[in-house]
Amino acid sequence: MAEWEPVLLANVHRPNSEKIGTYLAHGGYQALRKALSMSPEAVVAEVKASGLRGRGGAGFPTGVKWGFLPPDAPVKYLAVNTDEGEPGTFKDRLIVERDPHAILEGVIIAAYAIGAHRAFVYIRGEFFLGVKRWIKAIADAYQHGFLGKDILGSGFDLDVSVHRGAGAYICGEETAMLESLEGKRGQPRLKPPYPAQVGLWGRPTIVQNVETLANVPHIILRGAAWYASIGTEQSKGPKIFCVSGHVNRPGNYELPLGTPLREIIEKYAGGVRYGRHIKAVIPGGVSTPMLTARQIDVPMAFETLAAAGSALGTGAVIVMDETTDMVEVARRITDFFVHESCGACVPCRLGGFRMLERLEAIARGRGRPDDLAKLESLARGISGLTFCPLGTGMCEPVLSGLALYRDEFVARLNTAAKR
Amino acid sequence: MTMDAARQTPHAPGAGLVDPTKQAMLLSALYLAQEQAGYLTPAAIERVAQRLGLSPGQVYSVASFYSLFRIEPVGRYVIQVCKGLSCYLCGGAEKVADYISAKLGIRPGETTPDGRITLELVECLASCGTAPAMRINDQLYENLTLDAIDLALERLLEGGEHG
Ligand SMILES: Cc1cc2nc3c(=O)[nH]c(=O)nc-3n(C[C@H](O)[C@H](O)[C@H](O)COP(=O)(O)O)c2cc1C
Ligand code: SF4
Ligand code: FES
Repeated sequence: MAEWEPVLLANVHRPNSEKIGTYLAHGGYQALRKALSMSPEAVVAEVKASGLRGRGGAGFPTGVKWGFLPPDAPVKYLAVNTDEGEPGTFKDRLIVERDPHAILEGVIIAAYAIGAHRAFVYIRGEFFLGVKRWIKAIADAYQHGFLGKDILGSGFDLDVSVHRGAGAYICGEETAMLESLEGKRGQPRLKPPYPAQVGLWGRPTIVQNVETLANVPHIILRGAAWYASIGTEQSKGPKIFCVSGHVNRPGNYELPLGTPLREIIEKYAGGVRYGRHIKAVIPGGVSTPMLTARQIDVPMAFETLAAAGSALGTGAVIVMDETTDMVEVARRITDFFVHESCGACVPCRLGGFRMLERLEAIARGRGRPDDLAKLESLARGISGLTFCPLGTGMCEPVLSGLALYRDEFVARLNTAAKR
Repeated sequence: MTMDAARQTPHAPGAGLVDPTKQAMLLSALYLAQEQAGYLTPAAIERVAQRLGLSPGQVYSVASFYSLFRIEPVGRYVIQVCKGLSCYLCGGAEKVADYISAKLGIRPGETTPDGRITLELVECLASCGTAPAMRINDQLYENLTLDAIDLALERLLEGGEHG
């Protein structure tokens, strides 16, 4: 395959890439002009035809979601998810800091397509630079007539405001984010109804990840057919893969969906450090099940990772070499989820805590012989039974760690018994 | 520093719109209130509640949900060391925190006796590609080395007189 020419990350390495002047000098806001010359329905149809799927973790088809909005609703909103907090993931921060206009152009086109006149940017409270970049980009876009009343003479109005989160991973979950935008505790709402039906202040609301939105201008400018020619059967377009852990060149790599995991690790991220070997890889952020070294020829696409028993998630590839302590990996990930549980439902709040207790005991060499069975039964009592996907996500690393590296867990128990 | 951004946020409930309720201002208001004393004093909570037409209990309930809002005083400088998986794999996390602990004589969760520096272990800072990472107030430190930590700490300790 020919070398991939970055689309989403084409700008980020230019000097002053965050400035509107730089963005305009490289074709910025041409897609907006084109979109405004189309009907909103045509824009939705184009995005639908492109096959674009959400990049925030769930992979829902974007155009299809836009089609779910009740057409006769008097007020609709767009909410922009910049809450990136899934450990291993660091792509959204990069785009927001280095190329905020690429997302903003996508925001304006999306709002036009769905008929929203107000968009709310929700950004992780810790992203100090990102907040500044968002605010500056929005202010400059107003000045250039890309926001506000009668955008570029089209008659379309849009206002965008920025809202800082305050340190809660769960607020990345779309309904928790809506609660937080309304000034409440970030506890998820029951779905259905989905936000596209009942969202912010009860209004139909489309929630979209920033990487997803950054794809939209390219789809409009180059067409759905071009976009759909990239990737696999069910996973279209380019994707930013965040590679971290035991590799020589960690970083964000934009590649077509369907690129083999091995190629991402070996060719782009420079292979495993110190000439060591891969033990395990988390392919899509810590809530996705681990893969072993033997599975790394899997193409990085929604359907192929599902078939391999894992998920594409956010595309955050965490590589672990042969020296990695898998008990500690499971303990650390569980500690994260238990800390971030919003506490609203019992399986997640209490079950998670109990799993962590067992993992901590095992990690300290104090595990009891029945602890592995107990962990599995706890996970079975959580997975699929929680109010929101966080609780289910927290079981994946434990279950996959136990399934793939059971010997290591058992060895810890044995050490305890000998003492 | 951090609050400039909150203040600039074009956040005008009611400006030509019906929907955004007063309560939508709550997080921004809490950021502003927190800026004044470094944490949310009971008086600040009371004031925010009054301004937004909420009960102090409601405000407290929201504030306590979010880790960036502080109900207790913290140091002028808060060192947040990432304990995420990628930072751990890259030799950071507790190793970095232990090193700082030894230098400052405080453990994670504690503040130096002069009340200036607080040390914390926090979740992923979205800098996993440049791990290990930590943050001091609004400044992110990436690709941490022991030298880089020393330098950052020296600057904090020196900044004491006028800081
Ligand atoms: C616990 C949890 C955390 C999430 N965090 C994020 C996040 O930080 N950013 C994000 O874009 N989506 C996150 N999501 C996914 C959102 O709920 C939602 O699917 C997404 O924002 C929709 O946008 P997309 O279709 O463009 O991906 C999270 C989901 C869950 C269950
Ligand atoms: S699964 Fe966890 S995070 Fe989700 S609603 Fe229940 S307690 Fe909250
Ligand atoms: S794990 Fe430390 S920044 Fe992500």
